[in-house]
Amino acid sequence: MMLASVVDPIYAHGLTLAVVVIVLVRMLVGFAVLMGAVTIMIWFERKAISDMQSRLGPTRWGPFGLFQTLADGLKLIVKEDLVPAEADRFTYKLAPYLSLIPALVTFAIVPVGGTVHIAGHPVTLQIANPPVGVLLMLAMSGISVYGVVLAGWASGSKYPLMSAVRASAQMISYEAALGMTIVTVVLATGSLSTQSIVAAQAHGIWHWNLIRLGVVPFVVFLIAITAELNRPPFDVVEAETELVGGFHTEYSSFRFGVFYLAEFMNTITMSAVIVTLFLGGPAGWVPNVPHLRWVFPILWFLIKTVFFAFSYIWFRAALPRFRYDQLMDLGWKRLIPLSLGWMLIVAGFLIKMSWGFLMAALVILAWTLLSRTVTIGERRLEGADSLLPAVGERPLPGRVLRAFTDREGE
Amino acid sequence: MAGPLDFFGGFKITLRHMGRVRVTTAYPDAKRPKQPRQHGRHVLNRYEDGSEKCIGCELCAGVCPVDCIYVRGLDNPPDHPVSPGERYGYVYEINFLRCIHCDMCVEACPTQAITESKLFEFSFSNRADAIYTKAELLVDDEGRPQRLPWEDWREGEDAMTGGWMRATSPSGAADYEGVVQWTGDLGVGVRAPEGGQSEQRDDAATGSKPLRTAFFRHIVPQDLPDGVRGLRGRIAAWRAIKGGQL
Repeated sequence: MMLASVVDPIYAHGLTLAVVVIVLVRMLVGFAVLMGAVTIMIWFERKAISDMQSRLGPTRWGPFGLFQTLADGLKLIVKEDLVPAEADRFTYKLAPYLSLIPALVTFAIVPVGGTVHIAGHPVTLQIANPPVGVLLMLAMSGISVYGVVLAGWASGSKYPLMSAVRASAQMISYEAALGMTIVTVVLATGSLSTQSIVAAQAHGIWHWNLIRLGVVPFVVFLIAITAELNRPPFDVVEAETELVGGFHTEYSSFRFGVFYLAEFMNTITMSAVIVTLFLGGPAGWVPNVPHLRWVFPILWFLIKTVFFAFSYIWFRAALPRFRYDQLMDLGWKRLIPLSLGWMLIVAGFLIKMSWGFLMAALVILAWTLLSRTVTIGERRLEGADSLLPAVGERPLPGRVLRAFTDREGE
Repeated sequence: MAGPLDFFGGFKITLRHMGRVRVTTAYPDAKRPKQPRQHGRHVLNRYEDGSEKCIGCELCAGVCPVDCIYVRGLDNPPDHPVSPGERYGYVYEINFLRCIHCDMCVEACPTQAITESKLFEFSFSNRADAIYTKAELLVDDEGRPQRLPWEDWREGEDAMTGGWMRATSPSGAADYEGVVQWTGDLGVGVRAPEGGQSEQRDDAATGSKPLRTAFFRHIVPQDLPDGVRGLRGRIAAWRAIKGGQL
């Protein structure tokens, strides 16, 4: 009970029936709101992207086509459900839920508003506040990769398999940068709990991690999370022009719908996570209105989340898709060193000013060495002292490898 | 020279497009006006006195590249002739599952009996329904195409049928472009020439307009002539179009 009261003030006075009911209702409301938000998000994405492309977008169902998602969902449910003959049936059926459930669980740790008092109980507007907070989010995004990978593998089809391979490689590359920026946030806050992270940013815009940590971790996190979500411009996993539909090529009917739902739910959840980690969550200006003060944090949270949801759509409309090697280059050669270096610098400044400058100097030195290494490597491949013949006369990969290794003996 | 801020060019342009005019329409509810020379469903025309123009010569059937037309001619009954000439089209059938709307029948017809309306939105649930007979193709007693219940007619789709033919000349000679060489139609009279590349065109009568005007709202600024570029120029051009000067 001691630990529980630390986690959530609602448990402070024991576990009564009222507390159980409140907690259950809070879960149900959270689930319902997230489901509703997903349908609106899908509509919003389709409308916004059609605006950006000078199209009308959905108009037929409901005002402004608002119920288009429901119509699509209904259509998906009544369609024929196919399982390919080559599929691994159990895994094939399991995979969509491995995608969906992490998206739902991750949203549970996001604080949506401040604390309200219901029947004398202090209720935080957050489904759960585990002490490991952000780690849960990392774990869940790790599991959601299994959804994609297993779906691709279990389909028994070649394009989904390629997509699964791409997904696993991409996730591993970007999870590192993601983890490093989260460590930076956690270092500055001193706690993994999302409630504490939000509380540390509550005192005005200069305390937001976005500004307090320098803008770099935020930018790295935004890029890495976009890659984690498989959203454009990082959607090589379901690149229509290369892999048909990617991992969900063989999926139809309700199972496809679950993937679709999970994708958009992840978008919302990750927008909410960015807001929590870097923009102070529900923090914002609250006017002194009697009885309604609790509404404003929720509004602030909503505004910030919608802004990020919109920027994902904006990325999709504005940016062309990365090539797979460019994606890996960006992840390994830029984002991971950048986030690691920045984490070290922030850690240095947290100890002492002089440590911070020392770290900065070391990071700059390491960065120079790294970029020199990369340049030399690239020059060997394509530059003036390249070992490769001109394009069109390139030998087979085996001979290229031999040319590289035999050079030492010259 | 690419500046570092050029990366955000795509973001700028997509955001700017959010305020732009939509290129698409809410299709079944709202439709774009048809082009004046659109090729649609055929009509069989009649003279101003009500007699049929078709003489059953089968030239349309002969020229049809997809063999979708079937015509049989018959001698006019002397007491009540169907067409002014010696013979008339006794059977006239077009299979619209085959027709590619190339308008070669319209070109071949010596009496301008067959022309095309602008209607293209019609569909069938069995193959036999797709074969239109003379009963469906012939214009009604007011000289208008029959609006059959399974067809989606909109305003202006029955106007100026066979515009393409009238745009050049029935004989094919460039000298006769824009010169009336055709007989009048029931209910309409002699139709105005469409006008092709020559200046002999009557846009007011035919309702045709230059493409630049028709698609004015969808042209990007770079494609516009200098006079109407920029916001002020576009407003001026828009006023000119509204005022009927363009």
